[in-house]
Amino acid sequence: MYEVIAFYLFAALTIAMFTIVVMSKNALYAMSALAGGMIFISGFFFLLDAEFLGVVQIVVYSGAIMALYAFGMMFFDTTRDVSEKMRSKKIAYTLFVLSAALMVVILAAPLASSSVQANFPTVEHVGNVQMIGLVLFTKYLIPFELAAIMLLVAMIAGIVLASKKMDEHLNIEDEEIGNVKESR
Amino acid sequence: MENYLYTALFSPLVSSLFVAVFAARPKMLFTGIVASLLIAVSMICSFVLLIDVNTYGPLHVTMMDWIAAGNLEIPFGFVVDEVSVIMMVTVTLVSTIVHIYSIGYMDHDKSFNRFFSYLSAFVFSMMILVMSDNFVGLFIGWEGVGLCSWLLIGFWYHKHSASWAANEAFIMNRIADLGMLMGLFLIYWNVGSFQYDDVFAAAPELPVSIVVTIGIFLFIGAMGKSAQFPLHTWLADAMEGPTPVSALIHAATMVTAGVYLVIRAGELYSLIPHVGFAIASLGAFVAVFAASMALVNNDLKRIIAYSTLSQLGYMFVAAGLGAYWIALFHLMTHAFFKSLLFLGAGNVMHAMHDELNIKKMGGLYGSMKATAILMSVASVALAGIYPFAGFFSKDKILEVAFNEGAYGLWLALFIGAGLTAFYSFRLVMLVFFGEKEHVKYGIHPHDAQPFVIYALLPLGLLAIVAGFFEPMFEAFVTRLVSEYHIHIPHATEYLLIAATLGIALSGIGFAVYKYKRGGFSKSLEDKACYRLLSNQYYIPKVYEYYIMRPFTVLSKFVWQKIDMKVVDFTVDIIAKCIYASGQEARKIQSGNLSDMLRWMIVGMLVLLAFAIVYSAMM
Amino acid sequence: MIGLTHYLVLTGILFSIGLVGVMRRTNLLMLFFSTEILLNAVNIGFVAVSKFYGDLSGQMFAFFIIAVAASEVAVGLGLLILWYKRNGSVDLNSLQMMKG
Repeated sequence: MYEVIAFYLFAALTIAMFTIVVMSKNALYAMSALAGGMIFISGFFFLLDAEFLGVVQIVVYSGAIMALYAFGMMFFDTTRDVSEKMRSKKIAYTLFVLSAALMVVILAAPLASSSVQANFPTVEHVGNVQMIGLVLFTKYLIPFELAAIMLLVAMIAGIVLASKKMDEHLNIEDEEIGNVKESR
Repeated sequence: MENYLYTALFSPLVSSLFVAVFAARPKMLFTGIVASLLIAVSMICSFVLLIDVNTYGPLHVTMMDWIAAGNLEIPFGFVVDEVSVIMMVTVTLVSTIVHIYSIGYMDHDKSFNRFFSYLSAFVFSMMILVMSDNFVGLFIGWEGVGLCSWLLIGFWYHKHSASWAANEAFIMNRIADLGMLMGLFLIYWNVGSFQYDDVFAAAPELPVSIVVTIGIFLFIGAMGKSAQFPLHTWLADAMEGPTPVSALIHAATMVTAGVYLVIRAGELYSLIPHVGFAIASLGAFVAVFAASMALVNNDLKRIIAYSTLSQLGYMFVAAGLGAYWIALFHLMTHAFFKSLLFLGAGNVMHAMHDELNIKKMGGLYGSMKATAILMSVASVALAGIYPFAGFFSKDKILEVAFNEGAYGLWLALFIGAGLTAFYSFRLVMLVFFGEKEHVKYGIHPHDAQPFVIYALLPLGLLAIVAGFFEPMFEAFVTRLVSEYHIHIPHATEYLLIAATLGIALSGIGFAVYKYKRGGFSKSLEDKACYRLLSNQYYIPKVYEYYIMRPFTVLSKFVWQKIDMKVVDFTVDIIAKCIYASGQEARKIQSGNLSDMLRWMIVGMLVLLAFAIVYSAMM
Repeated sequence: MIGLTHYLVLTGILFSIGLVGVMRRTNLLMLFFSTEILLNAVNIGFVAVSKFYGDLSGQMFAFFIIAVAASEVAVGLGLLILWYKRNGSVDLNSLQMMKG
C-alpha cells in the first residue's frame, strides 16, 4: 500500500522537477530543481531496498555534485535570464516524442526472457550494506580500485584546470612567445 | 633426341627474349648475330631430327599439361613426324638465311634490335604451329604468327600506310580465325579431344555432314592465313613491311600455314572429296586471278606478292585433290625460290634507295651481277623450267589435275604457268636489262655486301637442285600422308610435260622479246582491261565501300550513342550519386554541439527501432 | 503491485526528459544538468532490475555510474570555466569551431 503511494508520489515529483530543469529560463531555478530531483531519486532507491545506494546518492549527488554546480554557477552571471535561441524547435520536439514513445514501447512490452540468472543473488536476512560490501570488495575489487584512480585523476584535473596559475600560465605563454619573437 | 626437339623449338624463343632486352636501344650488331646463331642452332637441330625421323620414325613428346578441366584435356604436346619435320627444316633454313640477310639489310635502321626480336618471335610461333600435336597448339601458333606478322608489317609504325596494312592483315586473319575456331569447336564437340591421333581415328565414324562442316570451317581459317580469295587483299598490302619480313613470312612460312593445315588434316579431307574439289577449284581460280594482276603491276614487291598468291593457289589445288605430298613438295621448293626472289628484290631496293617502281629501274645487271643472277635463277625455277626445282613440283600438280579428270582445273593451271613465266621475266627484264631509267633519277646503284650474297647462295643452290630430291621426298612423306598415284599413260604424261614446258618457255621468250624492244606501247595502259587489272579488279575499293564504311558508321554510332551515352552515363551516375550523397552528408558536421546531440538522438532512435524489429522477428 | 515495468517506464520517461534537455538547451551548464538527468534515470533502471531479479550487479553498476558522474562533473566544470574565461560566453553556438 505504502509502496504504491510512495512510488507514484516520487514519480510525479521527480518528473516535475526534471521538467523544470529542462524548461526553465532561470539558471538558479534549474539548479535547485535538479537538486530536488536527485533527492527524490534517492527516495526511489530506498523503495527498491538499495539503502546504501540511496545514501550514496544523497551524499555524492545532492551533496557533492550539486555543490560543484553551485560553485560553478558563481562564475557565470546567473541573475540574467538564460536567453537561448533554440534552433528548429520542431525537430527537437519530434525527436523527443519519438524517442519517448519508442522507449516506453520497449520497456512496457513483456520482457522477453525470464530465464535471466542472477550472478550475485541476494542472501536473505543480510543487510543491504553488508551485501554490497561483500560484493564490492571481492568480485568488483578491480573496478573499485580503478574508480578510485579515476576520481583521483578527476580531482587533479579539476584543480589544475580551475586554478589561477593555469589561467596565468596561458597568458604567460602568449607573452613569452611574443618576447621570444621580438628578441630575435 | 627430345633435347633436339626442345632446342629446335625454344632457341628462337630464347633469341627473341634475349634481343628484346635491347629492343629500345640503338643498333647493336651483336643482337643480329646472336639471333642468327640461335636460329641456326634451331636449323641444325631440325636437320638432325630429319635424319632421326628418317631412320627411326616419328617422335612424340608431351611437355606438360596445359588445360585439364573436366573432360577437356589439352596438353602441350609436340610431334615430329615426317610432315612436321619437313616444315621445320624449311622454316628454320629460310629463317636463318633471312636473319643473316637482315643484318645487312637493316644496317641503317634505328630499330635494328627490335626487328630481330620480332623475327625470332615469329620463328618460334611458326615452330609451335608445325610441331604441335593437337589442334589447339596449332591454333596458338596460328595466332602467334598472326601477331608477329602484324608486328613486322607495321614495323615502321610511324608510316600510316604501314600500320594500316598491318591492321588489315591482322583483321582479315582474325575474320578467318573465327571460321577456324568454329571448326575447332565442332571437332571437340564431336570427338572430345583435340589430339590429331584421336581426331583422325574418330573421323571415319562421324556423320559425313559434320566432317564436311569441319572441313569447310578449317579451310576458312586457312583461307585467311594463305590469302585465298576473297581474303587476299592483305597480302599485297603487307609489302609495306621490310623486305626480309616479306621473304620470310609472306613467301615461305606464314602463308603456307594454311596449306600445312590442309595437309595435316588430310585424313579428314580424304573423307570429303567434294570439299577437296571445291578447295582445288578455288585454288585454281586464285592461281589465275593473282597471275593476271601481276601482269600489269609496276611495284617490285607486289609482283612477287601476287606470284606468291598464285603459287599458293597451286598448292591448294594439289592439297584439295588429295595429293598431299605433292602440295608439301611444292611448298618446300616454292619457299626456296620465292624467298630468294624477295631477298634479291630487297637488294635491288637498297641499291635504288627504296625505290619500288620497276619502270624507274633498268639495266641494273651491270652494277648488280650477283643479285641479277640469283634472281634470274629464282625466276627460272618459278617458271618451272627443267632442271630447276619449280619444274618438278609444278608439273606434278598439273599432272594431278589431269589425273583427277578435272580438265578445267588443268587448263587454268596451264594458263597460269604461262602467265607466271611471263610476268617473272617481265620483272627480270625491266629491272636488270633494258634502258637504264634509274640514271634519270640520279641513283647510282651498287650491290649488297658480300656476306649478304653468300647468305643467299644456299637458297640459290636449293632452288636449282631441290627438285632432284623428289623420289626421296615422296617415299619419306608418304609414310605419314596418303600416297597418291598418277595413272596416266606415259605418252600422255610426256605430252603434258612438254606442253607445260612449252608454254613456260614461250612465256619467257615473249617477255624477253618484248622487253628487249622496250616493252608494250603506252596506249595499252588506257584500255579498260589494263585498268581493271592494275586496280586489282577494284576489289579493295569494293571492300572499302561496302564493308569498311558501313562498319565505321556502325562503330561511330555504337561509340557515341551507346557507349558514351548509356554505359558511361550509368557508371558516371553511380559515381555522381555517391559524390552528391557525400556532399549532403557533410552538412551533418556543422560544428554546432546542439546539432550533433540531435544527430546522436536520431541515431539512438534508429537503433531502438532496430531493436524492436529484431526482437519482434525473434 | 508495482512491478518492474512501472520502474522501467519511469526510467524511459525520465530519460526522454533528459533528451529534451540535451536537444533544447544551448547554455553549456544547462546541458550538463540534462546529462545528469540522463544518468540518474538510468540509475533507477539498473537498481529496479537488480531488485526484481535478486541480483546485486545492478546496484554495483549504479554505484560506479555515480562515481563516474562525479568525476565527469569535476573535469567538465573545470573545462567549462576555462572556456568561459577564454571566450566570455557559455553559449553553445560560440563553441562552433570544428565545422565539417
